[in-house]
Amino acid sequence: MAVQVHVTSVIQRVVGGQRTISADGGTVIEMIDDIEARYPGFRETLVGDDGKLHRFVNIYLNDEDVRFLDGAETQLSEGDEVSILPALAGGAATLGRARRG
Amino acid sequence: MAVSVYIPTPFRRITANREYVQAEGTNVAEVLDGLTERFPGFDMLVYDEHREVPAHINIYVNNQEIHELEGTATALGDGDQVAVIPALAGGADTNGGGAAAPSAALTPDEAMRYSRHIIMGQVGSIGQRQLRNSKVLVVGAGGLGSPVAIYLALAGVGTIGIVDFDIVDLSNLQRQLLHQTEDVGRPKIESAVDSLHSYNPHVRVVTHAAPLTSENAMEIIGDYEIVVNGADNFATRYLVNDAAYLLGKTLVDGSILLFDGQATVFKPGEGCYRCLYPTPPPPGLVPSCAEAGVLGAITGIVGSIQATEVFKQVLDIGRPLTGRLLLVDALTMEFREMKLRRDPDCPLCGNEPTVTELIDYDAFCGSPPLDWDPPTN
Repeated sequence: MAVQVHVTSVIQRVVGGQRTISADGGTVIEMIDDIEARYPGFRETLVGDDGKLHRFVNIYLNDEDVRFLDGAETQLSEGDEVSILPALAGGAATLGRARRG
Repeated sequence: MAVSVYIPTPFRRITANREYVQAEGTNVAEVLDGLTERFPGFDMLVYDEHREVPAHINIYVNNQEIHELEGTATALGDGDQVAVIPALAGGADTNGGGAAAPSAALTPDEAMRYSRHIIMGQVGSIGQRQLRNSKVLVVGAGGLGSPVAIYLALAGVGTIGIVDFDIVDLSNLQRQLLHQTEDVGRPKIESAVDSLHSYNPHVRVVTHAAPLTSENAMEIIGDYEIVVNGADNFATRYLVNDAAYLLGKTLVDGSILLFDGQATVFKPGEGCYRCLYPTPPPPGLVPSCAEAGVLGAITGIVGSIQATEVFKQVLDIGRPLTGRLLLVDALTMEFREMKLRRDPDCPLCGNEPTVTELIDYDAFCGSPPLDWDPPTN
């Protein structure tokens, strides 16, 4: 299945600065491995050593978070759009961190 | 010319409680005269002793105040909409302007200042007073907090709390509208107060010039109805999220990096930041704006969206940005939406919550504790 993958912010660096890339795969994890073959290091930004998707990067199939579908095994269809969104924290320049307590 | 005239609530005792009345006339004066014939005493409400419309009454033809047109000689066309909006609905203004008590009518100065909002049906003078009565906390007086706080102040949000303890740095000025060149070296909270008051002296700005922590967050956030997140680090984001949820407050979230922005609204029970991102990224994985850069104007886009959501929330209008994560890509200028759901397994707002009080967010995020001591003087 050929899908379009939208990549935001810092993850773009892993795919040569592209914002949208094409990929193949019947499932989300197959799609990730397809991109990994071209851009080594891509997989580890999304998948942990345990093979599970990181919980600080969200992957959306069309507009649905794959965590609420079948996670890494979510099936893809031809023409689907996948979006990869890492959490962002930007805002105030150097607001203090919460203190221990 | 047949026109429709909006009658404000306090005047409806004269119009048999009708909100809209039809009237005839080629100009505003004729319409007012016609209404006076039908509703004796109407002229006493809209004219002063010189038979002029006093400053505390605004009359709009379609969307324009007649002082900007030709006063009561302003010509009317068939189907025009006339609105009578009194500034002093309940009592005499004794100070000629300035902030009024929460329940008081708008002063003439306020009615004029906010006239572009008041004229809109979704706002009106009641909505403007709701804004004046509202209390909103803005976490961070930086890139996002600046446009948020400025737009809230301009809109007349009566109490704006600001949390920030940082000092204005030259590198902030590329995007942080609250601070200007001469403010470099000043505490941000001070230049924020000055800027907001110069924009609108009517608003009360409450300063919280210390880091938000697990010890003080409940007390600080508890004083407000809505919280706007403009924090730059994950520990504060999770802290604000948890405190807002535990206190039952609406959280208007926004974040930015490079050319990208994200915005959403969390209402208790409809998903929270932990539903969106259950765990923070490992330290160092997602760079800060200082490390990666950020387009100055994207702070304005996302901050304006956050301010707009606050405005809607206070007035209870429109469809809030809940259950949706709005993504802004400034390079392609595309806005996309992702679904955001409450996660039944969420440790905070899920079915079996394990986070029932504030935790150690530095440990949770793997971030070093802040080295900050209160000023000694």
